[in-house]
Amino acid sequence: MLSQVESHLRSDRFPHIWCPGCGNGIVLSALVRAIEELGCDPDKTVVVSGIGCSSRAAGYLDFNTLHTTHGRALAFATGIKLARPELDVFVLMGDGDATAIGGNHFIHAARRNIDLTAIIFNNSIYGMTGGQYSPLTPPGKRATTAPYGNIERSFDIAELAKGAGATYVARATTYHATMLEKLIMAGAKNKGFSVIEAITACPVGYGRRNKMGNGLQMLLWQKEHAVTVKQAEKMSPEELQDKIIIGELYRGEAPEYTVMYEEIIARAKGKTQ
Amino acid sequence: MSDVVEMARLMQGNEAVVEGALAAGVRFFAGYPITPSTEIAELMAERLPGLGGKFIQMEDEIASMAAVIGASLAGVKALTATSGPGFSLKQENIGYAAMAEIPCVIVNVQRWGPSTGIPTAPAQGDVMQARWGTHGDHPVIVLCPASVREAYMLAIRAVNLSEKYRVPVILLMDEVIGHMRERVVLPRAGEVEVIERKKPAVEPKDYYPYRPDDDGVPPMANFGDGYRYHVTGLVHDEKGNPTTDPQVAESLILRLHRKIYDHLDDVVTVEGYQLEDAEVVVVAYGAVARSAKRAVKDARAAGIKAGLFRPVTIWPFPEKEVAELAGRVRHIIVVEMNLGQLKGEVERAVQGRVRVTGVNRLNGELITFDEILSAIKEVTTDAQSG
Repeated sequence: MLSQVESHLRSDRFPHIWCPGCGNGIVLSALVRAIEELGCDPDKTVVVSGIGCSSRAAGYLDFNTLHTTHGRALAFATGIKLARPELDVFVLMGDGDATAIGGNHFIHAARRNIDLTAIIFNNSIYGMTGGQYSPLTPPGKRATTAPYGNIERSFDIAELAKGAGATYVARATTYHATMLEKLIMAGAKNKGFSVIEAITACPVGYGRRNKMGNGLQMLLWQKEHAVTVKQAEKMSPEELQDKIIIGELYRGEAPEYTVMYEEIIARAKGKTQ
Repeated sequence: MSDVVEMARLMQGNEAVVEGALAAGVRFFAGYPITPSTEIAELMAERLPGLGGKFIQMEDEIASMAAVIGASLAGVKALTATSGPGFSLKQENIGYAAMAEIPCVIVNVQRWGPSTGIPTAPAQGDVMQARWGTHGDHPVIVLCPASVREAYMLAIRAVNLSEKYRVPVILLMDEVIGHMRERVVLPRAGEVEVIERKKPAVEPKDYYPYRPDDDGVPPMANFGDGYRYHVTGLVHDEKGNPTTDPQVAESLILRLHRKIYDHLDDVVTVEGYQLEDAEVVVVAYGAVARSAKRAVKDARAAGIKAGLFRPVTIWPFPEKEVAELAGRVRHIIVVEMNLGQLKGEVERAVQGRVRVTGVNRLNGELITFDEILSAIKEVTTDAQSG
């Protein structure tokens, strides 16, 4: 498996830019294992990313890779997928990238149910710029731009995706790397817009300021705070308050955008011929 | 229905852009509704699917620009249309297209600004935004039609230039040209030249996506065609990989300019009318050039040696052509629906060798021929008395 994973990496690009203890590499490796297991043709696989630490992942992958502008990865990906629906398109974004500056594109990609597999690296912070609060920074936590504690409520990415119309929604942490891989695979198989939230640690930009320890300690924090969907069913809202529910959270049925567009083409051709 | 409208017909400028783009092979449009360019989106929505193309109304202007770049990278010729406020929103991704060298065309049907301004009134206030709207030094090509037929021809040319030089090309219209209806006779299918981007001639393993040929333009593989490579807005080496190496950064940005500025003879086109013996030359572009032409005709009828110089390519600015004029005319009058955005460029080109004055209006109305005629007469009288 390791050699197969390595064959999808641009090894000459290493060492990567991520800090010691960063979880992004774990998400990257889960993605590569998923793509390998899915048997995607590398020539037909596209990875689009936004801006931020996590979005640098695209550059390390030996596929058709597109590192775009901040927040806009899904809009670029929409153009690629609609132009050439036969391509498998994965979209990598950070939490600020996807839900702050890219929030509009996120809800509309979900609404269209266009066949993209979106993986959101949620490290609760803007890492690359040095630790400013994001829409996923929990209330009360500290950031360079929230030195007295964050007073903003955070998004629930899964609920947001579901509410906007995504047809596959899942969450895992970097501690649960195998689960993450399986969820990415299931998301890719879903014919529609799929969202997989990957909880990942930023010990330098977030953990340090919030006394969460190093990368390993933050991984253990993920282990202690994650509960599966099944476990969560038996827990009260109070018990769930500081927990992260992991696993497959939602599956829905809806027509897929590019398939619908083929019908539009057939209709237009019927009219004009 | 064929790809190209062949018969003589009454056509609106915005419609002509659509037909021209389709004739040039555009098969993808992403846009967002905005006056006065909306007809382009509406007609694309109607026409594209019948040709097997794709139309999408995106959630905003930024996304439209992004989707167009994505589609182009996947190998489909792509275009978007907007007006001033939307053009501002697209700027970041226009810069991305310039940096990553993704062919695409942006139509900007200018309206009165700044801000929401007068959405339905003509203006030419985006001359500088078209050149410098995105941050950083970057090459761009901007074409400016003065008739409905020319809107058709320049839409084709815009697509061709973007494919040839891998650069965003802006078709800078104004509300008058966009909404005006004229009788046009368009070329037949097959009569228009259609240019396709250069494809790599090497195996994927030997492909350097940003290694230029002698013309400065690297051959472009489409995503999905077996050439796996990296595209980024970061400074990148010939492999497409990000770097902060000062030498790589400088040589990249200089090449991006060179690939356009080494081909000015191909990129820059101008039109002259009665310039041979002209003593007073009116410089005008877009809808205003129509008023200017009438004014020149009337001035000639009154015995004044007037001429019209019309930049069709406004960026890169036709510096050489204007400099040549400066050596042999007495006075240049730059007429534009702004406070003198292109006049500054004219002054730069003539370097004080000839007087340059402006006729400017920005009240939301087109400049009329008699205003321009008065200006011509005024400078002629000044010259005679002086």
